[in-house]
Amino acid sequence: MDGIYLDNNATTRVDDAVVAAMLPFFTEQFGNPSSMHSFGNKVGLALKKARMQVQELLGAEHDSEIIFTSCGTESDSTAILSALKASPEKKEIITTTIEHPAVLALCTHLEKEGYKTHFLKVDEKGRLNLDEYQKLLTDKVAVVSIMWANNETGTLFPVEQMAEMAHAKGIPFHTDAVQAVGKVPIDLKNSKIDMLSLSGHKLHAPKGVGVLYLRRGVRFRPLLRGGHQERGRRAGTENTAAIVGLGLACEQAMRHMHFENTEVKRLRDKLEAGILAKVPRAFATGDVSNRLPNTSNIAFEFIEGEAILLLLNKFGIAASSGSACTSGSLEPSHVMRAMGIPYTAAHGTIRFSLSRYSTEAEVDRVIQVVPEIVAQLRKLSPYWGENGPAEEPEKAFAPVYA
Amino acid sequence: MWDYSDKVKEHFFSPRNSGAMDDANAVGDVGSINCGDALRLMLKVDPETETIQDARFQTFGCGSAIASSSALTEIIKGMTLDDALKVSNQDIADYLDGLPPEKMHCSVMGREALQAAVANYRGVEWKDDHEEGALICKCFAIDAVLIEETVRANNLSSVEDVIHYTKAGGGCSSCHEGIEEILVKVLAERGETFNPHAVAVSKEDKPGKLNNLQRIKRIEMILDSIRPQLQRDHGDIELVDVDGKTIYVNMIGACAGCQMEAQTLQGIQTRLIEDLGEFVKVVPSRTGSYARAASHV
Repeated sequence: MDGIYLDNNATTRVDDAVVAAMLPFFTEQFGNPSSMHSFGNKVGLALKKARMQVQELLGAEHDSEIIFTSCGTESDSTAILSALKASPEKKEIITTTIEHPAVLALCTHLEKEGYKTHFLKVDEKGRLNLDEYQKLLTDKVAVVSIMWANNETGTLFPVEQMAEMAHAKGIPFHTDAVQAVGKVPIDLKNSKIDMLSLSGHKLHAPKGVGVLYLRRGVRFRPLLRGGHQERGRRAGTENTAAIVGLGLACEQAMRHMHFENTEVKRLRDKLEAGILAKVPRAFATGDVSNRLPNTSNIAFEFIEGEAILLLLNKFGIAASSGSACTSGSLEPSHVMRAMGIPYTAAHGTIRFSLSRYSTEAEVDRVIQVVPEIVAQLRKLSPYWGENGPAEEPEKAFAPVYA
Repeated sequence: MWDYSDKVKEHFFSPRNSGAMDDANAVGDVGSINCGDALRLMLKVDPETETIQDARFQTFGCGSAIASSSALTEIIKGMTLDDALKVSNQDIADYLDGLPPEKMHCSVMGREALQAAVANYRGVEWKDDHEEGALICKCFAIDAVLIEETVRANNLSSVEDVIHYTKAGGGCSSCHEGIEEILVKVLAERGETFNPHAVAVSKEDKPGKLNNLQRIKRIEMILDSIRPQLQRDHGDIELVDVDGKTIYVNMIGACAGCQMEAQTLQGIQTRLIEDLGEFVKVVPSRTGSYARAASHV
């Protein structure tokens, strides 16, 4: 398909070699890895290889610390619920206000079941206050869950340091690293991180497969009980083809790590600088000096994100937005609100997320198209005058709000 | 991606009557801070006849907000103010060949801007009486505020009650957890606990409740109003039986066995639900399907 795909934090294209590696596992290698016969045995060996490929990318000490799941959300739920079940007397959870819904919605729900969740706030650049965190680390806390990188802004959190702090208090530490794995180097064996979630489709593996890293010795209670798959820690027949695909994707991510942090980063920086140079009243959100190499989130003031996306789509450009309207919810992105971005800018945030497939020509095209689109929509906006924002835009247009 | 109609897309990509109007004598500014949409509607009204000679808009909002604004200006141009005030948000949505349920509030905003502009012209103060909450029921586009207020006003205590009174939850039923949460909250306000096994408020207590004969007559009347559309396509429908919430019908002529039969029935069901104010299920009667099977032999 033609088109410029800059929405790689949403999902990625499955690498051709990954697809090729998977295909035999639908047909001639269809066996159940648990079976005794040769049909199953070969598949079992392929899973073993995939497990080691994931282990390598995560820098885990043992391959048995890798548990294959169905997705990032399952890994998150498994990790958090396991920690709660393992310490039923502890009723507090620490997380952040800007987690992915996979963690946020679970924690909000757990509040209804009697748990107290501390949602760490962020500053205007999306950074956490570690003093506030330190104070919350008490013996009432059952688990800490902090994302490695934010999906909307790409801002990185000091999870290794935060894991050390939790470890010092004997509290298990989980990180949702769905956006970080494959984009930043990870070395779990030299960290105090107890559990980590990753998702295949964010790193050029297929959808429907994820991993929960579980440090050896960490107390664990399975979410799915049943067969002995994954050493009884995640029952259910393995999604063999997808696991094989994920293994190869991890190997490739390892190989492209340098490229991701040099070339992809260069293109991202060029895109962001190019747009900001041409569009007035626009700014990059998040901690731009400490973020994923592929992500740029730009707020365009006085226009709305969904309208921008529809026009981008007309030019064949795919991105995503923190606007309320793209999700069907009434609120703009909770991440933008947590950083205190005003409504008139929060609704106009656009996330561009690149991959190793992104090209210079694509970036040039986007830099050319975006200023036209923004100008077109601002012409329609009651906050915008002839050539710039209306004098004191908030006063020039102060509608009666429902 | 939203499933926008071609008409919505067309009005978004080429909006009509956009931009400021310098000589407007009626201006309405409305918005919804939560959903981030805001709209300024500007009208030029002939003081003699109170006819809208020109209408323009400026909108901060999503695709459907811009399309709804564009549609509104097209609809009301040439109307008198009194006629324009009769334009409903459903009219705006219909003009655009429908809006996704999550986006109906965009058409509501258009209607409010119109009321505000007319109030501005007539020198009266316009007050918005419409409050919007998170969308709960996606089948019938019903939000939390409406459900909460209905539960409070009518002392409702079960999900079934909520379905009877608001239609919310009467479709796919995925939102029943959300409705239960509202019930828990409102019941707690009046010192009660929500009991998921409670029996619905007796329907006989409801004002304007139809008896069986009235209800069947009402159903026939609704079917009669749909009939001309079916006849245009050389089809027809007949009422076979009404058994509680299930309405058995026969699809006749071109409608019988038509590929679109399922959609047609779905549409008829939606109409019946709306007009009767209760959830009903429309199913083709057995005799109908036997007849069809026979004709295929």
